Amino acid sequence: MTDLASERRYVAGATVNLREELRDISRSAHLLRNLVHRDLTIRYKRSVLGFFWTMLHPLLLMLILVMVFSSIFRFTVPRYDIYVLSALLPWNFYAQTTVGSMASLAWNGALMKRVRVPKSIFTLSTVLAGLINLALAYIPLLVIMLVRGTPIRAAFLFLPVSLLILAVFTYGVSLILTAFSVYFVDVREMYTVAMTALMYLTPVIYPIEILPERFRPFFALNPLVYFIDIVRAPVHSGVLPTTQSLLIATTLALAAAVIGWTIFRRLSRGFYPYL
Amino acid sequence: MNRVELQNVSVRYPAQRIPTLKEWVVRARGKRPAAVNALRDVTLSVAAGEAFGIIGRNGAGKSTLLRVIAGIIPPNRGEVVTRGALAPVIELGTGFDGELSGRENIFFNGSLLGRSRAFMRRCEEEIIDFSGIGAHIDSPLRTYSTGMVARLAFSVATTIDAEIVLLDEVLAVGDASFREKCEERIRGFHSNGATIVFVSHDLDSVRDLCSRAAWVEGGALRAVGAAEEVIDAYEKARPHPKGT
Repeated sequence: MTDLASERRYVAGATVNLREELRDISRSAHLLRNLVHRDLTIRYKRSVLGFFWTMLHPLLLMLILVMVFSSIFRFTVPRYDIYVLSALLPWNFYAQTTVGSMASLAWNGALMKRVRVPKSIFTLSTVLAGLINLALAYIPLLVIMLVRGTPIRAAFLFLPVSLLILAVFTYGVSLILTAFSVYFVDVREMYTVAMTALMYLTPVIYPIEILPERFRPFFALNPLVYFIDIVRAPVHSGVLPTTQSLLIATTLALAAAVIGWTIFRRLSRGFYPYL
Repeated sequence: MNRVELQNVSVRYPAQRIPTLKEWVVRARGKRPAAVNALRDVTLSVAAGEAFGIIGRNGAGKSTLLRVIAGIIPPNRGEVVTRGALAPVIELGTGFDGELSGRENIFFNGSLLGRSRAFMRRCEEEIIDFSGIGAHIDSPLRTYSTGMVARLAFSVATTIDAEIVLLDEVLAVGDASFREKCEERIRGFHSNGATIVFVSHDLDSVRDLCSRAAWVEGGALRAVGAAEEVIDAYEKARPHPKGT
């Protein structure tokens, strides 16, 4: 009758242990699945086109951007539409997931006041749901490439690796942001504004070549530049990302994950009164 | 075997939140916000098969105590041990989602309590049956009345083979006939070695259902022991027993 496996002990002052949290999350696999499913469906539940928005949205966005910018950048960038989309889709994933994970923790605050759940599970579910949306959004991109006759090279197969590195980075950043956003209500607003600025500071919709040479070193300080680089190369240019970008991106991703987890586990113990 | 053990548990909250990051940076760091002692030095244990009542006035710390047992609030001092699968019903609609239907919520709630889909499929009919929600089970939860949500929450928590069921004022919202059904189920429950911890203002149902009880006041335990005695002491201490 005694189920020792289900014994749980909380000692005051102990911080959340990584192994325990991982065990809790793996025990909550059903919850994780449900949260991801809810994330994916609720977003579109009341709209007529439903799930197709995931694919339609990037297409419409691209149409607008191409109409506005292609005449400006026509001579500098070949296949401007693919150039934009191959970076914009992962960019949206990053932006929506980092902002969304803060919202997700806030929405689920009521839940955490009533049931004991591993608190980092909401961040994880937001990242996973974002990845599924991202994978779906690549379908119209592939269709455009086929229709336009853009060559799809073997390097395209490297894309999942790039996206995985980006996802790890996104997860780490989300953990840091969510941990602070519980304590301070304005973190979300400030970050959302910062993201808009950051998008124009990252070569997503314009090529970096249009900038004067003297500004370019500053771009090396923007971590997102490397991620955009590794996700764009296999799609737009059909080549593997440069070793340099790949190394920097991987290092940044791992650092973000380690720092994110460290901060989250420190701060998440004190969440309760602020939920 | 003790299902629940609390050893010198204290809980403190900051009295107010720091609303914005801006304010936190601007404000002198030396000042620390005042804290509220929600629980002070609570030591108690609940054995397997026991129905345990927690009584006390509003704001005495009853719900905090229940949340500490549920592992939702970490203690600032002391140690909390629970042995067995928990099913908390704290505030209404524990982990329910208004957009999902009642039936989908059964599965969602089950996953929150660590139950698989296959397991929930086996309990599904019994839960729906006991809750008495009938044909509404496939309507979105936001269309339910408070009583219906409470019935569904109680049905889930008591059907999924939990070993520690935590109930916070759930019986208060149901109608009389449902309440009777609940009480009957609670009585049958502890014969299986499961434990019920149960917060209520309704002293009669605590007297009826619980073998032991604790009286909480100002975050501290005023008395623990046989339900009858604790309730008598509590009533004697209060000039208007019908109040609250």
